[in-house]
Amino acid sequence: MMGGIGDFLIAPFLEFVFMQRALLGALMLSFSAAPVGVFLMLRRMSLTGDAMAHAILPGAAAGFLLFGLELVPMTLGGLVAGVVVALGAGAVSRLTVQKEDASMAAFYLISLAVGVVMVSMRGSSIDLMHVLFGTVLALNHDALTLIALVTGTTLITLAIFRRALIAECLDPLFLRSVSKLGSPVHFVFLGLVVINLVAGFQALGTLLSVGLMILPAAAARFWTQRVETMCVLAIGFGVVSSVSGLLLSYHAALPSGPAIILSAGLLYAVSVIAGTRGVLLTRLPRTSHRTA
Amino acid sequence: MTHPCITFSDLTLGYDSHPAVHHLDGVVETGTLLAVVGGNGSGKSTLMKAIVGMLRPMGGYCTVSPGTRIAYLPQQSELDRSFPAQVRELVALGLWPKRGLLGRHRPEDKELVGKALMAVGLTGFEKRPIDTLSGGQFQRALFARVLVQDADLILLDEPFNAIDTKTVTDLVTLIQRWHGEGRTVLVVVHDLDLVREIFPEALLLAQRPVVWGDAREALSAENLLRARQFQESWDEAAPWCEPQDDVERAARSADLPGSGRSDSVVGRTQRGVA
Repeated sequence: MMGGIGDFLIAPFLEFVFMQRALLGALMLSFSAAPVGVFLMLRRMSLTGDAMAHAILPGAAAGFLLFGLELVPMTLGGLVAGVVVALGAGAVSRLTVQKEDASMAAFYLISLAVGVVMVSMRGSSIDLMHVLFGTVLALNHDALTLIALVTGTTLITLAIFRRALIAECLDPLFLRSVSKLGSPVHFVFLGLVVINLVAGFQALGTLLSVGLMILPAAAARFWTQRVETMCVLAIGFGVVSSVSGLLLSYHAALPSGPAIILSAGLLYAVSVIAGTRGVLLTRLPRTSHRTA
Repeated sequence: MTHPCITFSDLTLGYDSHPAVHHLDGVVETGTLLAVVGGNGSGKSTLMKAIVGMLRPMGGYCTVSPGTRIAYLPQQSELDRSFPAQVRELVALGLWPKRGLLGRHRPEDKELVGKALMAVGLTGFEKRPIDTLSGGQFQRALFARVLVQDADLILLDEPFNAIDTKTVTDLVTLIQRWHGEGRTVLVVVHDLDLVREIFPEALLLAQRPVVWGDAREALSAENLLRARQFQESWDEAAPWCEPQDDVERAARSADLPGSGRSDSVVGRTQRGVA
């Protein structure tokens, strides 16, 4: 019987190189995107991640139009588009009365429309499907190298800016009163969001790469009150989602990207209900209390 | 020999070309304990923001002597109280000027945070999540952070809002301690009795300086009435402030009574007119 379970859980990864690559890519993304997602969520910018995911589309599409399904041009294109939208939206919100949610929405909507128009100029809806939903099972060596670079950069940057990021989330006015890092750290952080989305869209596509960022983080929020623990938990949830999503995709012949995000969604649903800070435990009538 | 901590020179602050603080001149000496008083909208918070450097003057300037470490407790904090942080982490933010972005927090820092919490009566609250604190406890925690900051210039914007009398008494004790240590402290306060009782010096604002000097003299019935008359004068189509208004302003500044500093205030303004 154990052999059966072993076959089910491990054999696909032992047997097929494409599954090994997919697993490696998804695991690296979990280590990188999930902690970024924690800070995105704590800054109440979860939807900004979604907006940025749309924003990189025209850049990726431009690379695709000019060079076909090639990693480097699509990545560079996505990077440029993401940075333009992040800087543009950030600048409008810092220099004018408009808040960042509105400027971000404006920039990403324009960006998304440009992207779809560009993809449609070239050809089929299959191409569009690839850009939007990725192909984790077709990750090649270059794509894995890119993801590894992004993961390394992200973890190092988070380690360096951790204190400033927490201060900026917790009390932005305080950080401004003691340091000039407030604005730069915001843009460094947006940069991390962009590179993680760009790394993720090879595997998961522009729409789903934000899922691996936000869902594990959102799930982790229901289990702990500590930022560090939350990051570790989010990574763990990302890892579990990646493995179970790939297995689900393999055994049930489902598209791999959505399968990974669905697994993360399931973990989120369980956390909402059963987490230590979730619905059940916080709504249960208390039968006892302390004296002070 | 005086040591100016903050210098205002013909300082005008405001929003959308409408002044909130109009032509303020004066010097806050190092070690001063100054109450900033005035009705809502009289420019108190605006002045605080300008001192910290978060608001660019529309005219004149406001300089803080170089190297001054500032601690600022804003009235409308953007602090996210739902953020998953513990009290000791909130207070430890005050270590920033000392440790910066990368400096490791040392054992003596932890001790400093503990001492600060003790000074504000929050011993034992180290690991409490900040979203479980009451309003008064939260204000105590913020004062503990100011303690940890160990600043030369402390700006407190309405720190006693919605705070019970016991807590106010405790926090006032801290303010007096800072004053005793030679730090410069500016506090925006609404409780005029408290100002008369605690503060040696007061600046009464009504979108312009009404009076600046000895607190008890400054808060006379006559001055308060004048402040009320100036107040609420916002006018969408107000005429532009012309240089000749300076003459009137010089006359007004000459009214500024109070300590030795006001002589220099008048002198500065008269030079400006000439």
